[in-house]
Amino acid sequence: MAKDEFKEFRLVGTRPDRPDGLDKVTGRARYGADISAPGMLWGAVVRSPHAHARIVSIDTSRAEALEGVKAVVTRADFPTGLTGEDWDLQENTMAGERALYDGHAVAAVAATSKLRAEEAARLIDVTYEVLPHVIDVDDAIKPDAPVIREGAADATVPEGMPPNVVRYMEFGHGNVEAGFAEADLVREGHYKTEATHQGYIEPHACLGQLGGDGKGEMWVCTQGQWFIRKMCAGVLGLDAAQLRVTPSEIGGGFGGKTTIFMEPLSLALSRKAGGKPVKIVMTRSEVLRATGPTASASMDVRIGMKKDGTLTAARAEFRMQGGAFPGSPVDMALYCAFAPYKLDHVAHVGYDVLANRPKCAAYRAPGSPMGAFAVESLIDEMCRELGLDPMEVRLKNAVREGDRASYGPKFASIGLVETLEATRAHPNLAEPLGPNQGRGVASGYWFNHNGETSVSLAISEDGTAQVSIGTPDIGGSRASIALMTAETLGIPYEDVRVNVVETGALGVNEPTHGSRATFASGKAAVLAAGQAITEMCRRAAAEWGIEPEAVEWVDGAAQPAGPNAGKFPPMSIAEIAGKMGETGGPISGHHESVPEGVGASFGCHVVDVEVDPETGRVTILRYLVVQDAGRAIHPAYVEGQYQGGAAQGIGWALNEAYIYDDKGRLQNPVFLDYRVPVASDLPMIDTVIVEVPNPGHPYGVRGVGETGITPPLPAIANAIQDATGARLRALPMNPPAVLAALKAARGA
Amino acid sequence: MRYHTPSSFEDAARLAAQAQGLTRFLAGGTDVLVQMRAGMVQPDDLIDLKKIPGVGDITRTDEGGWRIGVAVPGAALSAHDALRAEWPGVVEGMDLVGSVQIQGRATLTGNLCNGSPAADSVPGLVAAGATVEITGPEGTRTAPVAEIPAGPGKTSLQAGEVISAILLPPRGAHGGDAYLRFIPRTEMDIAVVGCAVNLRLSGDTVAEAQVALGAVAPVIRLVPEAAEAIIGTTLDEAALQALDAAARAACSPIDDKRGTVAFRTEVAGVLARRAALIAYGRAKGDTA
Amino acid sequence: MSKIHVTTTVNGDPVEFLADPRETLLDCLRDHLGLTGSKEGCGTGDCGACSVTLDDRLVCSCLVLGVEAEGRRVDTIEGMADADGLHPLQRKFIEHAALQCGFCTPGLLVAAKALLVQNPDPTEEEVRYGLAGNLCRCTGYDKIVRAVMDAAAEMRQEAA
Repeated sequence: MAKDEFKEFRLVGTRPDRPDGLDKVTGRARYGADISAPGMLWGAVVRSPHAHARIVSIDTSRAEALEGVKAVVTRADFPTGLTGEDWDLQENTMAGERALYDGHAVAAVAATSKLRAEEAARLIDVTYEVLPHVIDVDDAIKPDAPVIREGAADATVPEGMPPNVVRYMEFGHGNVEAGFAEADLVREGHYKTEATHQGYIEPHACLGQLGGDGKGEMWVCTQGQWFIRKMCAGVLGLDAAQLRVTPSEIGGGFGGKTTIFMEPLSLALSRKAGGKPVKIVMTRSEVLRATGPTASASMDVRIGMKKDGTLTAARAEFRMQGGAFPGSPVDMALYCAFAPYKLDHVAHVGYDVLANRPKCAAYRAPGSPMGAFAVESLIDEMCRELGLDPMEVRLKNAVREGDRASYGPKFASIGLVETLEATRAHPNLAEPLGPNQGRGVASGYWFNHNGETSVSLAISEDGTAQVSIGTPDIGGSRASIALMTAETLGIPYEDVRVNVVETGALGVNEPTHGSRATFASGKAAVLAAGQAITEMCRRAAAEWGIEPEAVEWVDGAAQPAGPNAGKFPPMSIAEIAGKMGETGGPISGHHESVPEGVGASFGCHVVDVEVDPETGRVTILRYLVVQDAGRAIHPAYVEGQYQGGAAQGIGWALNEAYIYDDKGRLQNPVFLDYRVPVASDLPMIDTVIVEVPNPGHPYGVRGVGETGITPPLPAIANAIQDATGARLRALPMNPPAVLAALKAARGA
Repeated sequence: MRYHTPSSFEDAARLAAQAQGLTRFLAGGTDVLVQMRAGMVQPDDLIDLKKIPGVGDITRTDEGGWRIGVAVPGAALSAHDALRAEWPGVVEGMDLVGSVQIQGRATLTGNLCNGSPAADSVPGLVAAGATVEITGPEGTRTAPVAEIPAGPGKTSLQAGEVISAILLPPRGAHGGDAYLRFIPRTEMDIAVVGCAVNLRLSGDTVAEAQVALGAVAPVIRLVPEAAEAIIGTTLDEAALQALDAAARAACSPIDDKRGTVAFRTEVAGVLARRAALIAYGRAKGDTA
Repeated sequence: MSKIHVTTTVNGDPVEFLADPRETLLDCLRDHLGLTGSKEGCGTGDCGACSVTLDDRLVCSCLVLGVEAEGRRVDTIEGMADADGLHPLQRKFIEHAALQCGFCTPGLLVAAKALLVQNPDPTEEEVRYGLAGNLCRCTGYDKIVRAVMDAAAEMRQEAA
């Protein structure tokens, strides 16, 4: 483990049972679809079967005539005149003049039962005029591609660019041509990745209610209840404060539940149905067709390397489509692409391109996996060509604290070198490999994020504490926040209850995204606890008749700070809390900020594969994740993030992909053919938690959620080459692709 | 939708023959319910066959073969030791369909009547020379399993006809069968290619053989040329290569979300070789 | 569409409900009986989140019609813990941090319980193949497999 400036903790770093464990193993925990309300209606959505079509007419009369149908809405029921992201969100919620992708909502209906709502949706007659469409990013960027939307380009796009380019960027430092001239080997590669879906097992679900007075309520599975509030209010022209959004337990999100899809439809239907609550639960195929998968990418990378492995220069040009709206993570992809490497000369060029696909949402380290696939693959190829150990090359060029990042700023405290050293020392690297087996390594990076954060803490009459947070608990963050709060207050873990609360109960919070929950809500909870401690010390000081500054908080009790402060026995939190009514009233603490001090997280993965030379099947034999957590508050859930990220990356590398037919219709909108890894596809996933504490967090936390999805894509490509000699530069590396590459390599 | 639970196949056939709209039979339901859910099929009449006596039974026929009820789920098929010992290829074909949960419901008959060219349990039945007993308005008839599929999603059954049992012939001595399929994952996928081999040995020599391929043509079919490639051989390398070539030559697959023409064709040959070796081993007494 | 009266046993209790014949057992459990522990992740039998046992046989309740439950015995996640406490699998899932979001957890527990009835001493591979019908997108399955094997070991010890 790395340098540890921190004292030993009583609770931080232990593995207690999670507070919501019992609810979740008994089926009691209530997720998005698990709530019903008296008088509730069910909603269903009519979706475009075309990738691109003008909506000629929508006839709702047959649906409205069906018994039990209480409301039908189309775009005509939404306010007009929106601009920017509000317009994009509204247009994505419900198509206007044109349907922009297969699955785009065009109408919605509410009825007295689920079956009746589905029946009514089938009775809505939509006439389309099919328009030319474009799916692939390289096709979409062509000058003569079907135009998705005139005037969508922002000010960054120079004159004369192809019509579907809506954002353009170039940045870097040094002089790449001079850098390439210093290299002994300059290589260039072209790489492609296909869109994938977050694949959370819980489909989107909400129960919305909106009255004619503009006051509304919503129960919804989301990563961020305030985002839902803001976006629904924007799309429907409501006052945000009049909407109260309560997050359910959430069945996975991975970035995909940070935005809105059918939520405004439930409110619009409810308003039209006289304020009756409306429940909408997506089917899996609606989730895959019409929520927010990630972008697909086409990438060119050029790297210069000296014979000793020193990198001299690098250039990346990435093109990404994120659906029919601006917002592909091409910027993030470029920022992360070379982040693990110290580079004096680096250049980046990026194009955000529109295509007839659903509006992409965030997916775990958005952009980073694509960039890593290109860069980490090319570096591996160059190491092979020069006969260099890829681990040594990564260490030789690794960024350290104070180095200028490839994307500009100086790195604060980071743990890449420690991560690489821990990887090199792991026994998996000494395991012998048999025929058709190979090993691949790759690094990955994610910045991590802070965001608007508001936390409130209240001491109960018995000296236990409740913490209200605004970041939904997706993977155990209640446990880590309870651990840090209890550690700070000096009380048992079990004495803290962490509640994820509705929008009416706290200031604005960004969602659980950017690996921020344990960092930001955790830091805010610790600071709120500090406030409560100050108040409790003040109450003890008042009773003892000494100055508050003369009281300190030790092991869950106030005590005089040193012999000069006076001689009083420690006053416990329970004692202070028990008489709060007589000593000044409730004791609480709160914290609102955009917490400073985010710590970035690097990871390194090592995978061993076996390739069936006759069928191209890739079997994962062994898998290792090494990543810097800063400090693992609850190590079991840190390991869980590492393992889960790796599994998603393995799926993306091998089998997951959006597959369209020539009409632009999604061919695999079910889990049968959208092939996420099943239990028998994976081995145990070994983990090493590196701890280089983040000085920006009271307990040293970095975010740990995202980096882990990034290295598997290139690591597996590197391992396949090691096993077979064949290099795959496009995802997914499914058996037909691998077999074709094997045959090509044998033929060569 | 009207839901019926007839107590005999004759009643089931009568209900189906009298129905005006769209009719579906319900055995395990693992295809029908998915199609209903997706809105692909909205039956007016759903005829549940599971209340008919005997549909859950596996019984020995007078000839020494097996009669398998239409509602026998995969899990029960796999748990039947005697059947598995005699027709391991048939049983493993069914066992490969879906998860444990699916195995709790899915049936051989349903898999056959779904009409998928990629049905995992059908190549084994075809290679085994299995037949079906069909009850219809005109009475009962039998037909080879191979004659039931009539193209993707279609069967040769007439309106009002319902399969009332699957019949496997007697295994006989020195026989062995095997089914292999290729899928991208290890479980839960539809076959990209499937191949069943059923053979009988005379000494070390293949005396009789049937090879059936799935997912490489509109219907699952026997490939006599592939069988001929190994009949009269001891399954030496030359025979395996001939089998591989004959299997590939019989392929007329499509490119789709599950595989390419080139991949399916190549892997059909690979699976034919691998399945033949397993069947050969079983005919020699291997129990794996 | 006329509804059909269904009488069945759920978690040992006799229950009755009215089902449209198109409704799945999962719909009936969740919407008519208020048993929302079984989840719908796909509706096509691919994810296993709706796993229940029907006369002791593991099935996806999204692939069973509600009317088919007539006269049968259905067991769901809600019946897994008894008055004496949690089933060993439930305890081990919490202990091993074998859940993150928890949405697949009810189905996995029901499936794992059925697996251990069939095979009290499974290998890691048998656990992985036995649970291949239950998708988990959060954990990478590592901690789930460990929890199931640990629970199996404990249950064998108790039985001995």
